[in-house]
Amino acid sequence: MALQSLDIKQRSATTTPSPSERQTVEVAKLIDTTRCIGCKACQVACMEWNDIRDEIGSVDGTYNNPTDLTSASWTVMRFYEKENSSPFDLEWLIRKDGCMHCADPGCLKACPAPGAIVQYANGIVDFHQENCIGCGYCITGCPFNVPRISKKDSKAYKCTLCSDRVAVGMEPACVKTCPTGAIMFGSKEQMTEQAEHRIGELKGRGHGKAGLYDPAGVGGTHVMYVLKDADDPTQIGLPASPTISALVSVWKGFAKPLATLAMAGVALGSLFHYVTKGPNEVSKEIEDEIEKEDAQ
Amino acid sequence: MIRDPKDLKRYEPKERANHWVVGISFILLALSGLAFFHPAFFPLTQLFGGPTWARIIHPYLGVLMAVSFLALYFRFAHLNKMTPADKEWLGKVGQMVDGDDHNMPEQGKYNGGQKVMFWAMAICMLLMAVSGLLIWRAWFGFDITLVRLGAVVHAAAGAVMIGLIFVHVYAAIWVKGTIRAMWYGTVTRAWAKQHHRGWYRQMTGK
Repeated sequence: MALQSLDIKQRSATTTPSPSERQTVEVAKLIDTTRCIGCKACQVACMEWNDIRDEIGSVDGTYNNPTDLTSASWTVMRFYEKENSSPFDLEWLIRKDGCMHCADPGCLKACPAPGAIVQYANGIVDFHQENCIGCGYCITGCPFNVPRISKKDSKAYKCTLCSDRVAVGMEPACVKTCPTGAIMFGSKEQMTEQAEHRIGELKGRGHGKAGLYDPAGVGGTHVMYVLKDADDPTQIGLPASPTISALVSVWKGFAKPLATLAMAGVALGSLFHYVTKGPNEVSKEIEDEIEKEDAQ
Repeated sequence: MIRDPKDLKRYEPKERANHWVVGISFILLALSGLAFFHPAFFPLTQLFGGPTWARIIHPYLGVLMAVSFLALYFRFAHLNKMTPADKEWLGKVGQMVDGDDHNMPEQGKYNGGQKVMFWAMAICMLLMAVSGLLIWRAWFGFDITLVRLGAVVHAAAGAVMIGLIFVHVYAAIWVKGTIRAMWYGTVTRAWAKQHHRGWYRQMTGK
């Protein structure tokens, strides 16, 4: 690989180690939901940089537009209205949704096509559509419901964390454009520190439940959120403790090599049965009986 | 080759054709399915015009196999009812595998092992068809938990089925004079008398 920043750490459907001599800094995007104003500049920047134009959809009566991630909308703002117990206390919660770039990516684990999903040494999980076969197993593996299969070409698409920009030392397009600085980018270490600083600030202002969303169940993520109410991430549509489904782990884990061995065992067992026990032929005795009957 | 006119008819042409439609679709499904089962088998996709074609074709072959197996099921299910003699046969199968079939009880058209194979295949076929529909994203979009369950069941039932088919094919190779029944429909009287004496009596009246 020409660029150290594009060194591959993990590759789908590949059972041998990937190049791992060179060390790269792990990157992270930090999304501070408490500073997001829901302007959707990130959505526009994403479309512009990646040259993707979604179909014009229809408004569903909310600010959600488009209403969901698609193969051509890799990030969308999701709006939540939270009514609190005291009257006139309405919270308008906004989250920029998109790929979380898990350290332990369920999509990559589930993918059967070698090299269709890679994880760079810097932590970015990227889909290589030229190797994608369109089976949708990545959707089956993802704990965050992120990948989408294109209706045009049946390939899977999602946020690349602007791997092409990051490779040459630039920040992702959404980070570059965010007018309030709610989206930040840097090393995972730096971003974690920055988040802690901000969380301290929020707590000082009376938001006792403020916290960082970097779920350990998927090994941590390379997209992290600062949440005002980290005790309940589900109120803005994030799973409370995401993990790769146990079904996916069984499906893609130890069971397959074992089943392969078992199948090979049956085939080889048959061969060795034949060469040790010999064929099961009609006995001479019975053949003679039939011949005798015919002679009569 | 001139065959003995006294050979016994075991399968009708339409039964044999039906069996081979299932057989051919099974072989193609196993090869393309294994390619997605484990990376070691991924190169098998080249037999189908590349990995994307393998992904596209596989489920349609599955529909073909499911439908043709269903026809086979209705042809043969009534011949595969388990009897006490079958259970006795299964109890002694170890001796037969070891090379001695003198103590085996008399069997009708199918022995206990063949009947177990028939029902095991029927169950696997049902599991494969249902779980296959659950994970067929080109046409369906089921709830994610169902899709995940479908993926596990499909892989597990597929592996079991490949194992069963190895046994099915090997049994036909091992017992000499068997395969011709599925090629051109007849077996020798001696073969029938040795392996399926009840059926031999029924066919010859002896």
